[in-house]
Amino acid sequence: MNPITETIDDVGCGRLTLSHLDTLESESIHIFREVVAEFERPVLLFSGGKDSVVMLHLAAKAFWPGPVPFPLLHVDTGHNFPEVLAYRDRAVAEKGVRLEVVAVQDYVDDGRLAERTDGTRNPLQTQPLLDGIADHRFDAVFGGGRRDEEKARAKERIYSLRDEFGAWDPRNQRPELWNLYNGRHRPGEHVRVFPLSNWTELDVWRYIGREGIALPELYYAHQRDVFERDGMLLAVGPVSQPRATESVVTRQVRYRTVGDMSCTGAVESDAVTVQDVVIEVAATRLTERGATRADDRISEAAMEDRKKEGYF
Amino acid sequence: MPVTQPTLLRLATAGSVDDGKSTLVGRLLHDSKSVLADQLDAVERVSRDRGLARADLALLTDGLRAEREQGITIDVAYRYFATADRSFILADCPGHVQYTRNTVTGASTADAVVLLVDARKGVLEQTRRHLAVAALLRVPHVIVAVNKIDLVGFDEDIYTQVASDLATVAFDLGLPDLVTVPVSALEGDNVVDRSARTDWYSGPSLLEVLETLPVADDPSHEEFRFPVQLTLRPQGAARDAAHREYRGYAGQIASGVVTVGDEVVVLPSGRRTTIAGIDTADGELTEAFAPRSVALRLAHDIDVARGDLIAAADHAPEPVRDLFATVCWLSQAPLSKHSRVLLKHTTCTTRAIVSAVDGVLDLDAVQIVPAQDLGLNDIGRLRIRTAEPIAAEPYARHRRTGAFLLIDAQSGQTLAAGMIGDPLAGEGEHADDWDI
Repeated sequence: MNPITETIDDVGCGRLTLSHLDTLESESIHIFREVVAEFERPVLLFSGGKDSVVMLHLAAKAFWPGPVPFPLLHVDTGHNFPEVLAYRDRAVAEKGVRLEVVAVQDYVDDGRLAERTDGTRNPLQTQPLLDGIADHRFDAVFGGGRRDEEKARAKERIYSLRDEFGAWDPRNQRPELWNLYNGRHRPGEHVRVFPLSNWTELDVWRYIGREGIALPELYYAHQRDVFERDGMLLAVGPVSQPRATESVVTRQVRYRTVGDMSCTGAVESDAVTVQDVVIEVAATRLTERGATRADDRISEAAMEDRKKEGYF
Repeated sequence: MPVTQPTLLRLATAGSVDDGKSTLVGRLLHDSKSVLADQLDAVERVSRDRGLARADLALLTDGLRAEREQGITIDVAYRYFATADRSFILADCPGHVQYTRNTVTGASTADAVVLLVDARKGVLEQTRRHLAVAALLRVPHVIVAVNKIDLVGFDEDIYTQVASDLATVAFDLGLPDLVTVPVSALEGDNVVDRSARTDWYSGPSLLEVLETLPVADDPSHEEFRFPVQLTLRPQGAARDAAHREYRGYAGQIASGVVTVGDEVVVLPSGRRTTIAGIDTADGELTEAFAPRSVALRLAHDIDVARGDLIAAADHAPEPVRDLFATVCWLSQAPLSKHSRVLLKHTTCTTRAIVSAVDGVLDLDAVQIVPAQDLGLNDIGRLRIRTAEPIAAEPYARHRRTGAFLLIDAQSGQTLAAGMIGDPLAGEGEHADDWDI
């Protein structure tokens, strides 16, 4: 069976059943439309990573034949893969949406944030993100988080209320019943909305294949100069230089996630097409964060702690 | 060439504290090869640090710091696994009575509930509460895993007694046929593979049961319902000039099938029209069914807005302002503090007043007894008056259009999950009849 093909509605003996991917797509479109109908100033967090790209694709489908009725917000770590930034700007132009950027670099330059000793900027994104939300008075913020990513995310509701400090209180979440989402919030509070909550990494890839969605090239196998650190392959670049003991080698790699270049690892791969990636992801024995994110290896609860402070 | 596509089944787990739910879920994930190597490494490392003799599979799902520290599940954790023919979304719900509202959350979207019962303890109050929640929310399938069968020496008589007690409670609650399976989540018996140690049990393993359940109601046997989410009217903003005049009503089909040319009625106005087109971003459809998200074009230019329901003209509900309903009270503050509320039904939010409390469910007797008030986790029966008419339907027949939320207008908190009773039934007939 071709893992990409997914166009048949009728499954089994005459019962009308929507396929797995169509069910997920319809659920996500419903969520986008609910938010636009009930909130005043939604925004979509867009990094150029595959999950945000799929979100933008779903948003475009939800409001067709009209435009996507909200802007995008990019929290720029300053530690970008150049091809991802280029992709971001192409996608924005093609979809005709407005892009807002908040830059970690600005915060470092004027002293509001200090660089961490380990050099990673992922945890530094929280304050610019919260300031960006407050400055633009966004009341609903679409995030590409998926519950299969990580165990704290597995606990998150589709609508996740954040207080005036942007904090998530995992012990006191609103009950979320049927598909009746309750987005009511007080002034200063906002709601994070996760339309891809029920998608897995494999679903995302199968959908990218089915819909023919273009991605930044680094999601597919390519030759790259890398060095090994903490069991991960890091690219050689302006913010990720090998130490004296680390040797640079050229490998055939691809990225499973795209983030801060200094702490996002590549995986060795021969997957040059979407179909290859689907097969690779279906067979993988490592989670995407475990394989590629140094910051999530810090502790059992690294993500929970970041989320409580207002992280994505 | 048509190929069989994987289907999606939504599951929720329930059970009392220490029944071994998280262990069972861990076992399902582990034995269906859905746990990845780095997750298992982490679980083994933590288990070793705690001096445990073997990997504690519950650590796979108890993701919050507080849950790991206390060894209990506080909130629903969603897990994903797949077999060759089916993808599963599993909502692992907490067992503690304090977190019943989280179990209601998990069960509201479930196609099936897997309820755990400790073979040594049998039916407990929490078992009855969770069966009542499943019955109330009309979860299509309820499967009981009689767990820790290894700790009663794989004894057939003990299992038969528990299964018989369960059948009695299920009958009182009006639940359809229960499926029971003797399992050991810890040892893996009858979870994924059938066990040789329960040779007196000839039924399927838990996973075999889950793989063969019908996924959802067949839309072809349902009446068409379509809550309008918003109007798509791009005008000058249309990306293609040909769509400047476009007007479509966006929504997700709640039940049934819609075909171009169908006669429909828009509620609450009662205006009739026909379906002129069914649109998606991928092109027009001649027919669509639940739960697909689409945009509908109507033949006549009539007033339609968010909150309206487009329904099959021949089988449409009557908009009402007075409701009989059963609710799960989910707020710390009792109902008496919240008589004026917001009611959210499909895409329509309206003000409402709770006009009377008819009773509360007594979990021991499994019947409604008189009450003046409802507190946290109570299941009660109310009468509600709404400011605007709503296209209410009995939840028993229409899960989507029979459900509502009660919301506190000030704090925004969700107060209750509500299920509409049969408006045709006369007053008084509800007094002690549990069935909604």
